[in-house]
Amino acid sequence: MLDFAALLPYSHVFIHGLITTVEISLLATVLGLVLGATFAVARQYGATWLSRIVNVYVELIRNTPFIVQLFFIFFGLPSIGLKLSAWEAGIIAMVVNLAAYSTEIIRAGLASTPKGQWEAGKVLGLSFKQTLFRVVIIPAIEKIYPALTSQCIIVMLGSAVLSQISVQDLTYAANFVQSRNFRSFESYLVTALLYLFLAILMRKAFNLIGKRLFSYRAER
Amino acid sequence: MSLVNIHEVHKYYGDLHVLKGINLNIKAGEVISIIGRSGSGKSTLLRCMNGLEKYQKGGITVDGKEVTTEEIQVRILARSVGMIFQSFNLFPHLTVGENIMLAPTIVLKKSKQEAQETAKAMLEKVGLADKFDSFPEKLSGGQQQRVAIARALAMNPKVLLCDEITSALDPELVGDVLKVLEQLAKEGMTLVLVTHEMNFARDVGDRVVFMHQGKVWEEGPAKEVFANPQTDELKNFVNSVL
Repeated sequence: MLDFAALLPYSHVFIHGLITTVEISLLATVLGLVLGATFAVARQYGATWLSRIVNVYVELIRNTPFIVQLFFIFFGLPSIGLKLSAWEAGIIAMVVNLAAYSTEIIRAGLASTPKGQWEAGKVLGLSFKQTLFRVVIIPAIEKIYPALTSQCIIVMLGSAVLSQISVQDLTYAANFVQSRNFRSFESYLVTALLYLFLAILMRKAFNLIGKRLFSYRAER
Repeated sequence: MSLVNIHEVHKYYGDLHVLKGINLNIKAGEVISIIGRSGSGKSTLLRCMNGLEKYQKGGITVDGKEVTTEEIQVRILARSVGMIFQSFNLFPHLTVGENIMLAPTIVLKKSKQEAQETAKAMLEKVGLADKFDSFPEKLSGGQQQRVAIARALAMNPKVLLCDEITSALDPELVGDVLKVLEQLAKEGMTLVLVTHEMNFARDVGDRVVFMHQGKVWEEGPAKEVFANPQTDELKNFVNSVL
């Protein structure tokens, strides 16, 4: 027999886990995107050596499992004297991961900028930086915004792995509760629904931000 | 003293010799039409005049300033040379007003109010005063091109380069853009047009430059060049387009 009421005594554990997951995801999303945008500019317009370094980083992260990256940061780095708390290691792993994927996504947006936009900036006397920030960046992000949104949601869902290094997130809560009351079905079902809820919420938030950022399309 | 001075300019794309020693002087207030078949180098020559393209030999000066492709030099030059493109190149995320005000505020460091007044005056000039708050994608091609003209004029250039600016327009919209050009010509603006509008070149232009195989093949007063072409190449060209 299923018994969801058996979860009730542990509701505070779930709530705590949910808050942790929201916190780390929010922080990782903001930092990851800022870093990703910076790397994308470096990769697309930077000097060859800089572009190459960014490329190596991107490929390294995109072609290795997230959990291995996480373990390397949490268990591996202390060997060379860099000791991090589980929470710190988790955040860093997520930022490093999202930054790599978003670098590639944002770079694609920048690369798709019509040459004419750069030339128009040039003949009006704008510098490279002014053209990039005032002319190029917003339409470039608009083009890849759906892909960027999905990537951020993937990273949020991927934060479940952080429970493996004892970050007390939502998945950690589910593991904890089902080990106490042996209600695995109920525990993981509720957890899955909470992740689903977070994912939907995140997509809505991104859509809302997108509407403001790209308001020039809204009145179509 | 001429405003634009082009002396023995050569340009190569790799092994391809596109401009083969161009000499051309343009006086302030002149309206020059550069005509010729595609591939004759006319757009390339225009793009060399404001540093969008590099040339390998010779020299170009505009308003006494040497033209190079160095960013800093291009930016200085942008204050005296305006350019309008075939594909308009308006900034899609900015309103018409913001498109026009952008460069005057961040390049010429004008106050927002001053830039706004200029923008409105320029829009008035091109007949689009009511479009200040519209976004470019809401406008027709002809309107977008007129906004692009207003945007270039807001920088108060000494010479305006027009690179086939009516070629991407529906035929019924071409007239509106040409009317604006004609008005500018009357007001004494120096215009250099790469164009396929032969009637405009003949009736409004002062001088026509016919380019062929990377050279200035023939040039002269607009009406004369069309009425009495000296070379077979120009005769053929005129017959094929008129």
